[in-house]
Order: sequence, then structure tokens, then C-alpha cells
Amino acid sequence: MKGFHALQIDLTAHEKSLLDGARGDGVSMAMRLVVRLAQTMGAKHLRPITGAHIDSCLYHGQSGLDYVNVFVDSGAKVVVPTTLNVSSLDLLHPELFRGDPATGAAAKALMDAYIALGCEPTWTCAPYQREQRPGFGEHVAWAESNAVVFANSVLGARTHRYGDFIDIAAAITGRVPDAGLHRTEMRRATQVVDVSCLSQQMLSTDAVYPVIGFVLGRKCGSSVPVIVGLPEDVSEDNLKALGAAAASSGSLAMFHAVGITPEAPTLEIACGGVVPDETIVITHQQLSAARDSLSTATRTDLATVNLGTPHYSLSEIHALFEVMDGRTIHPSIDLYVSTGREILHEAMQRGWAGSLEASGVTFVTDTCTYITPIVRNTTGIAMTDSAKWAYYAPGNIGVDVVFGSLGECVDSAVAGVIVRDEGLWSGAD
Amino acid sequence: MTDVVSGSASGPALVLDEPLSLWGGLDALTGIIIDQRHPQRGVCLSGTVVFMQSGRGSSSASSVLAEAVRLGTAPAAFVLREPDEILALGSFVAEEIYGLVTPVVITDPDSTFSVSTGDLVRIEPRSLWIRRS
Repeated sequence: MKGFHALQIDLTAHEKSLLDGARGDGVSMAMRLVVRLAQTMGAKHLRPITGAHIDSCLYHGQSGLDYVNVFVDSGAKVVVPTTLNVSSLDLLHPELFRGDPATGAAAKALMDAYIALGCEPTWTCAPYQREQRPGFGEHVAWAESNAVVFANSVLGARTHRYGDFIDIAAAITGRVPDAGLHRTEMRRATQVVDVSCLSQQMLSTDAVYPVIGFVLGRKCGSSVPVIVGLPEDVSEDNLKALGAAAASSGSLAMFHAVGITPEAPTLEIACGGVVPDETIVITHQQLSAARDSLSTATRTDLATVNLGTPHYSLSEIHALFEVMDGRTIHPSIDLYVSTGREILHEAMQRGWAGSLEASGVTFVTDTCTYITPIVRNTTGIAMTDSAKWAYYAPGNIGVDVVFGSLGECVDSAVAGVIVRDEGLWSGAD
Repeated sequence: MTDVVSGSASGPALVLDEPLSLWGGLDALTGIIIDQRHPQRGVCLSGTVVFMQSGRGSSSASSVLAEAVRLGTAPAAFVLREPDEILALGSFVAEEIYGLVTPVVITDPDSTFSVSTGDLVRIEPRSLWIRRS
């Protein structure tokens, strides 16, 4: 683009040189995008980052390839450690891909291009489950909505809600706009959400967390809420499920949980000293209604069970191993578990994954069952323990879904019909 | 009004009753709304000036917009009430790699103009004209 001016943005000499093409056309385009985003967000200057996580490696069409090839052709490289989100293909289990071979080939070319730029082929939507993850206060450029929420909320790292295109531009320039959730004042909670009237039994159940997140996203949109009343020993897996659901039903990019997340030792601190007047109370009845609304199916002919959205952690695979308890999945049912290749390797070494495969489980790595054609039978009912999967899969892959707990999902897969345990949801507060 | 992506465009207005997430909501091959929950499902956005409150949903909307621009099925422009970085980025990238500008403009919060689907809209840098149909 000729005649581009970085109006209103105070660039350093280094940043100006990148913009002016000192490191080639690709880096120059990346810097132009970062500066244009900074102008859109009202930033005054840019800020360095220490890492990036890229969502642009998922194939949406030729334009994604045309874009990344500008970088590849000009010899651009990422300048910070950069991980890759899920793609459209499972490179470890390529036979699972049921889509058009030409689309598959284009998707593979896109993946190769991002590796050529120096990104790590992690292919996971849960980069926070790796040993090397951002520390408190680190500024990063993460894309993938669930990863953004986890980084901001649970790790206390700082990332705006980045998405396609800008993620790799930030990794190539090492810069992001000094705006949005990179700034302390934007991270303060503006809404209080109280879950303390839910029973202890309920709050000790994994399946409740994605449903709380689903309600949170609906009620809070894109604001930063602070949750009061979560148990102190809530797991990272629970917080991950909560955040992923909230980023699906709303545009949540960060939440606080008093006494749990690092920027919320107290309600007052989470709110930056000014506690909002209004408190949203989440009741048992609201949760039950939200849980029901996550299911679109009225029929009962179960075909698949889909776990691992976001990608299962090692502890979640272990929980599945324990719930499965050596039972065999019904021959008419496919049970898919999406996870990262590093996590699957670890689960294999511990013997859990091999045992689960012997039970009939199909592991999916590098991608996820709701974004690409993998699920074999999409005409029967699909069951899932993920609110995010339940939210997106009907539109993306055309299935009718039933949301359930891990126990319900596994019991159903073994029985070959939908098995429900209504006790938890129907009980009084 | 503010130009997030400045440029010239014209076309019939298409006023969306609800925000649309382009990812999972717009078929880039046809320009048609495919979101099953959207009240205007089945409507074609190609060549129209889309009026909506804000963008919505997944950040992959940038990719869908760039792909629709490449295929010639994209809206002529977007007129929003709130800035939307995701739509802006899709438009920036399409401009970079295809040289095609899809203006994205933000109207002032206190502006009171009214527009109906089918009105003819023309957009130039820092200005917007509406001719009632």
C-alpha cells in the first residue's frame, strides 16, 4: 500500500524501519496491519510481546493461503516463540479426514506455510496445557477465544482478543497495539456475578462449569466480569471449560474469580477499587434451563460422543480412563476425544490412551471434531460434555446435539442410547 | 462518523435485525446468511451496504470476509454503531492482498438518521449519503 502513514501512533525507530520495508515486504505488511489495528483501537503506541498463538492456520479458503504466502515469499519469520492452533487436518491420523481431498491438500499447504514462518507445530487450541506457558504479567498475542480467556484470567498474562491475520502479523513484528486487555484499566471487572447460592454438591460437579460459562457469556457479552462464590479448589480444567463456553455464547476475553484467579485476591482489587452496584446472581434454575438449551435434539438415536473441546488435558484423559473403567463402547457408537499431540503422547506413555483405544475410543489430534469433517455419522444424535461443541457443532457440521456430563457421555456410549442422570439438575438449591 | 476502513462504495442498504457472526453465519461462496438462528437467514449480502449494531462472534470472521472479497460475494461496505476490529482486519487484509477496499464506517452514537433495507447508500471518505427508495 503506497502512501500509508502511521497517523496518531508514536513508533520507535525500529518499528518505523519495519514499516518502511527494511526487513522486506512481508514484515512491512505485518507492521501495517498492526499499526492499522492500533489506530482502530485508539492506541498511542505499540508494545513488545514475548510470544504468540496463531489461529490463522485453520483453512477457510484460498485467501488464507494468499495472505500467508506474502510472508513466506518475502522470507519473513516470527520473532517470538509462536505456537499453532488447531488446523483442518489430523496429521497423526490422516485417515479420519472425510472432506474433499482438494480442500485437504490446501489445508495442508496452509499448515506447511506457518511452519515455514518458524511457528511450532503444536496444533492445539489449549497451548496453556504445555509446560512452557506465559507467566503472570507477560504480554502475548494469542488468538483462539478459549486460549485468550485462559491466558488473561487464569495465567494473568495479557492478551487482547486477537484473531485471524493479526496473530501472525504480531508474531512477525513482535508488536501489538498498546490497547485493550494489555492495559491495566481495561482488565478491571465491571460486573459482579454471584454463584454462591449454588449448592456445594453442584459446584463440585465438572459438568456445571461449562454451563456457568454459557450463562456468563450470555449475560456479560464482552465485558470483564468477576465471579464470587466459586470453591477455592476449583480446577484449571473447570476454569478452562467455563471460559471456553463464555467465549462462545458471548465475546468474553477475561474473567476474574475472587480468591482464585491471580488478579482477584479480593472483590475490591478485581474491580480496581470501585465495586459495581449491580450483581448478577446465577441460580440453580437458570443453570438447569441453560443446560437444557445447550441440547438441540429431541430424538434419542445416539450416534457419536464428542469429548475434548477445548482439547482434553492429561487430567481430563485420566478422568475419562477412570470413568470408562475398562468397559467397551457400544459397536454402533463412535466416541471421539480431541486433544493435542503432546498430551496424547503423554497419555500413551501412562497407558491410559492405549486402554481407552482398546475400549473403542478414537483419539483426534491437531484438529477438532466440530470444525472439520471427521465425525462419521452426522445423522444420529451427537452427545458432548462441551458447551462450546454444543454451541457450534449444529451450525458447523449439521448435527443435533445433547449436552451431558462426562459420566452421562460415557454411560451413553457404552449403552448405545442416551443415558441421563437428572438428579443433579432437578434438585432444589 | 469514523472511517475504520476508508474508501468509496455504493449499493442498496441491508439493515440486519441482529448482529451477524460471519464465521458460521455467512457462506463466502454465495454471500448468503446461513446462521440458522439469524432472523434473516437466506438473505444475500453481496454488493449491499450492511447496517448492523456491531460485529459478533468468532474472530475467524476476518477470514470469511477476506474470502468473500476474493470471491466477489462480499458486501460493498459495513456501517456499524460500534467499532469492530475483526471486520476491520478482514477488510485490511483483502485490501493488502487483492487491492479491493470494503469500507467499514462507524456512525456516531448520537446520530439519528434512519435507513431502511433497499435505500440506496453511497459511501465516500468521511461521508455517507442515503437516498430513500
